[in-house]
Amino acid sequence: MAASKSSEYTYQDVEKLMTVMTGDEKHSFSATSTLDVIWTLYDSVLNIDPSDPQGPDRDRFLLSKGHGPMAYYAVLAAKGLIDVDELEGWGKFDSKLGYHPDGELIPAVEIGTGSLGHGLGIGVGMVAGLRLRKNSKPRVFCLLGDAELDEGSNHEAIALAGRLGMEELTAIVIDNNSSSHGWPGGIATRFENEGWSSSTIDGRDHEDIKTALTQSRSGKPHVVVAKVEEK
Amino acid sequence: MATTMRDAFIESTGKMLETNPDAVVVLADIGASQFRDVGLYDKFPGRIINCGIREQLMVGVAAGLAKEGFRPLLHSYTPFLLERPYEQIKIDFAHLGLGGIFVSVGGSFDAPISGRTHQAPGDVGLMKLLPYFQIHVPGHADEAAVLLDDATVGDGRVYVRLTEDSNAESRPVVPGKFHIERQGSSAAPAIIAIGPMLDRVLEATSEMDVTVLYATTVMPFDSWTLRDTGASEVVLVEPYLLGTSAAELSGALHDRPHRLLSLGVRNMELRNYGKLEDHIEAHGLDADSLRDSISGFLS
Repeated sequence: MAASKSSEYTYQDVEKLMTVMTGDEKHSFSATSTLDVIWTLYDSVLNIDPSDPQGPDRDRFLLSKGHGPMAYYAVLAAKGLIDVDELEGWGKFDSKLGYHPDGELIPAVEIGTGSLGHGLGIGVGMVAGLRLRKNSKPRVFCLLGDAELDEGSNHEAIALAGRLGMEELTAIVIDNNSSSHGWPGGIATRFENEGWSSSTIDGRDHEDIKTALTQSRSGKPHVVVAKVEEK
Repeated sequence: MATTMRDAFIESTGKMLETNPDAVVVLADIGASQFRDVGLYDKFPGRIINCGIREQLMVGVAAGLAKEGFRPLLHSYTPFLLERPYEQIKIDFAHLGLGGIFVSVGGSFDAPISGRTHQAPGDVGLMKLLPYFQIHVPGHADEAAVLLDDATVGDGRVYVRLTEDSNAESRPVVPGKFHIERQGSSAAPAIIAIGPMLDRVLEATSEMDVTVLYATTVMPFDSWTLRDTGASEVVLVEPYLLGTSAAELSGALHDRPHRLLSLGVRNMELRNYGKLEDHIEAHGLDADSLRDSISGFLS
């Protein structure tokens, strides 16, 4: 990300920033499960200018799994996309930061989420829009949870993105084995059957994450299954 | 001139794609063949996206396109456009503050032979629960054309409800305004006929001293035209769930003691097939039944 070189915050600082936001402990697993992927995205993958977070050539990041956004907010603060001082007020009446993010309140947040199963369909539409604009620069990243894949709407999006060969689209599935009935055969296989390429990686290894998220485009949408400790 | 509302829709959509380079159409199979048959797929490559029979995705894709600055038009049969993906509409459009045009066909029960799965008399009630949706209910193909053309302008959220039920002639509709179809004496009771209910209301009230207002936009509700009638007795005749606009009507007359009769589709599982006319009658919305209901209320 453009701000990363000048940022004064490190990964260790982000962990501290997360502790400022208390009160949503029931979602602490959600928050910590996404931390390393979101950090790596904003530190070394996404092309987003903090001074123009809605610029037309920006990469789009959709936090479909809107639960437990403490890691998301902390990384956005560390990268200059929201004010660090905002973190202390999170959840309060006049705060821009709620237990689920609202894109209408934060320019750097693409969409408001919390109800599961919305991000990937919107991402497919954004890719369709970018294609109509003939803008091949941006990539669209959508972060989901393995349990979120239980929502059938995701599978509608997975199917169409595969048929349309949306190489601009990358889905990241944080897999902490929390889906109630699991995914026999593996999550990646579900995507591959619909025409996606896949990587299954250690969701705590920043180099692995970066490599998986920056691999060259293959004419297919790509899914990165990021395994983390079980919930 | 188009002969059916669906024909008007196809024509208006072609015009929209021609005149607005940001206009796109998103479908879930229904309607795709009609657009293909008239050549719109070939004429506007990439701008008609068929998601297949995936209604939640249809809404999500349309929202993504809106995020990228496009003006999406979504279309399907009423229950599949609105009821099945309702939360997607609530979140992906209303919550995200995005604009789009939702155009349904099928009305409350255009094809009762298809059974309850293809009926959606609660559609307008559902859409008015979402903030800032403009809702149009044309009663004739020519009115549908006017209202669809209006919907393509701007960047708001619009629902246009099309049906095979139609009045014999169109009226000079203005989006957002009630049309005064018949002026009664001073402060005479007001009958508000919505969309395709007009002809039956006119027949039912032909010998009554009433003011008949014709509504083709129900959200926002044209309070001022109603207030100007001076009426304190009002009958609301809706082609969908009865009482859908009762709250807006009472709000319009909040400072005036008034009586209200709501007529419309009853909230019931009517397990009958048959024809459109059969169901209109079963819900008491034919001219004879309306006459009995209205005269009883006003007597």
